[in-house]
Amino acid sequence: MSEQVLIDRPSRQRVAKIGRVLRRILREPLGAFGLTLVVIVVLSAVFADVLTSYSPTKLAPAERFAPASLQHLLGTDHLGRDLFSRVLHGGRIALAIALGATGLSLIGGIVLGLIAGYGPRWLDNLMLLLFDAIKSFPTVMLALTLVTLTGPSLLAVLIVVVLVNVPGYARIIRTQTLVLKSAEHVMAARSMGASTARILTIHILPNVIGPILILASMDIPVVVAIEAGLSFLGLGVRPPLPSWGAILNDGFVNIRDSYWIVVAGGLPIILTTLGFTFLGETLRDVFDPRLKRRE
Amino acid sequence: MTTEPLLSVSDLRVRFRIGGMMSALAGRRTEIEAVSGVGFTLERGQTLALVGESGSGKTTLARAVDGLQPAAGGSIRFEGRELRDLPKKDWKPLRRKMSMMFQDPVGSLSPRLSVRSLLAEPFAIHGLSGRSLDAEVERLLALVGLPRDFADRYPHQLSGGQARRVGVARAVALDPELIIADEPTAGLDVSIQGEVLNLLNDLRDRMGLSMLIITHNLHVVRQIADRMAVMYLGRFVEEGETEAIFRAPHHPYTAALLSANPEPDPDKVHNRIALPAEVPSLLDRPSGCEFHTRCPFAQDICRTQAPTPSALGSSRLTCHFPLNAGPSAVEAIAAS
Repeated sequence: MSEQVLIDRPSRQRVAKIGRVLRRILREPLGAFGLTLVVIVVLSAVFADVLTSYSPTKLAPAERFAPASLQHLLGTDHLGRDLFSRVLHGGRIALAIALGATGLSLIGGIVLGLIAGYGPRWLDNLMLLLFDAIKSFPTVMLALTLVTLTGPSLLAVLIVVVLVNVPGYARIIRTQTLVLKSAEHVMAARSMGASTARILTIHILPNVIGPILILASMDIPVVVAIEAGLSFLGLGVRPPLPSWGAILNDGFVNIRDSYWIVVAGGLPIILTTLGFTFLGETLRDVFDPRLKRRE
Repeated sequence: MTTEPLLSVSDLRVRFRIGGMMSALAGRRTEIEAVSGVGFTLERGQTLALVGESGSGKTTLARAVDGLQPAAGGSIRFEGRELRDLPKKDWKPLRRKMSMMFQDPVGSLSPRLSVRSLLAEPFAIHGLSGRSLDAEVERLLALVGLPRDFADRYPHQLSGGQARRVGVARAVALDPELIIADEPTAGLDVSIQGEVLNLLNDLRDRMGLSMLIITHNLHVVRQIADRMAVMYLGRFVEEGETEAIFRAPHHPYTAALLSANPEPDPDKVHNRIALPAEVPSLLDRPSGCEFHTRCPFAQDICRTQAPTPSALGSSRLTCHFPLNAGPSAVEAIAAS
């Protein structure tokens, strides 16, 4: 009963709010473009099996280096694998990593940020030191170290991305939590006898989460690029799993004779990062109260 | 137990650390005593008002009583129970009996919660979900004179006065014994101030509440408080019955405060006592009587020797030369 009343924002209101945000995104040309790209990328990854009948990993030595044709929409690579299928299935991996890693980073950043901001001063200082230490490593160095220790894998990519992203999110949450810690509505909650968990989840979190959700949406393309980059270097997804970065690498070797392999690997990376970047920037503008609506 | 006052505070001290390790190493003082040896008692059903300038320690004192700010010394007894150094788990049941209202009417309400959730929160915190919360919310809204459909509003959709009413409703939700109100009328229009004060008075009479009110608005004090205490630099300079103090303030600081209070009477002759200089820093308290740097009646003894608290009529005060104490003192004021 109590929970029901406390989390009560009527769902109708929430739906209406999402609709309003969507309309405002679509009104911005950049936002509409970004949203369209993102929708296309997501749908093509989800329905990869429907859109193509080729297996992304099946070798066909007889059809090596086939240029784009009706049969192979993007051609084939040096092992005769259908590139269109590899791009679609690679999209699954890219998106899974991007969304999974961003989601995990968000959770980690929120939890650590709340602890640092609301906890005792010494813990705050210790955690800031840790965040700065992690931030001081270049991403590729961190990835190399981890891959050397564990071998290249999806999991390694995930861990690297989370490690790189968490400090940034945590810092933002921490700073805002620090401000809210002495806000009157938090004092009032303490005065009523609310537990720390309750104060953090009901009185602080909803008020600090907005900015990092937007930041996270702008970080998705960065993660896509990191995954592609690591896979290109052979530190990410293991062959024969399809990855845009790996396709790019396959094509890089044969760029003189078969340019289409590089195109097949590069184009989806460009379109996805562009789409998410435009969408993220429009989201930021839509939610920024200082930027007046142009009505 | 019944003869025990509801709240009794003695020699309460609250200290703040200022500056960092560097100033400590440099041998500078790193602590200020924002509340410095304050004592009072509050009987059941009574209202005590704390008045004083900004920075005089009113809010800090209230927060210490409410356990939001640790006390460095002294004692706070609530219903005969010592609150200082009380373990956290023992505090929780007390939170039902003691509720605090904060200065900012809107800011003290959690921005993402509807009025319904805000009013239901005390019940949820204290595990009282057995009652029908919707009915409780309606009861509370009716109690403070807000329409029922306000339950679905959010704090930013409320005016200051409406938000303050929600704050009052939340404060009385669990039928407390004591309400600590920090500037209950701050930031409200004068007409709304009156409404809120009437509401508080009304609730106090109906629910038998005791109140500790912090304000710098003397009209509020007169309208609502049985007793008042005047704070200066974290200490009480005068404490006593409100009417007696308004009629004849004994401490020069009290007299100056009262004389600075605008009266809504154009024909009234103002004998304003203007205080020279600034409030001294807590880091560098004056010697002797701490008020001597600004006191228009200061003598040599005031500069060197701190006055001890003494009783005069119904009041207690710390002053070497209390005003309105006898015919000679009255003449002294007239002469100045």
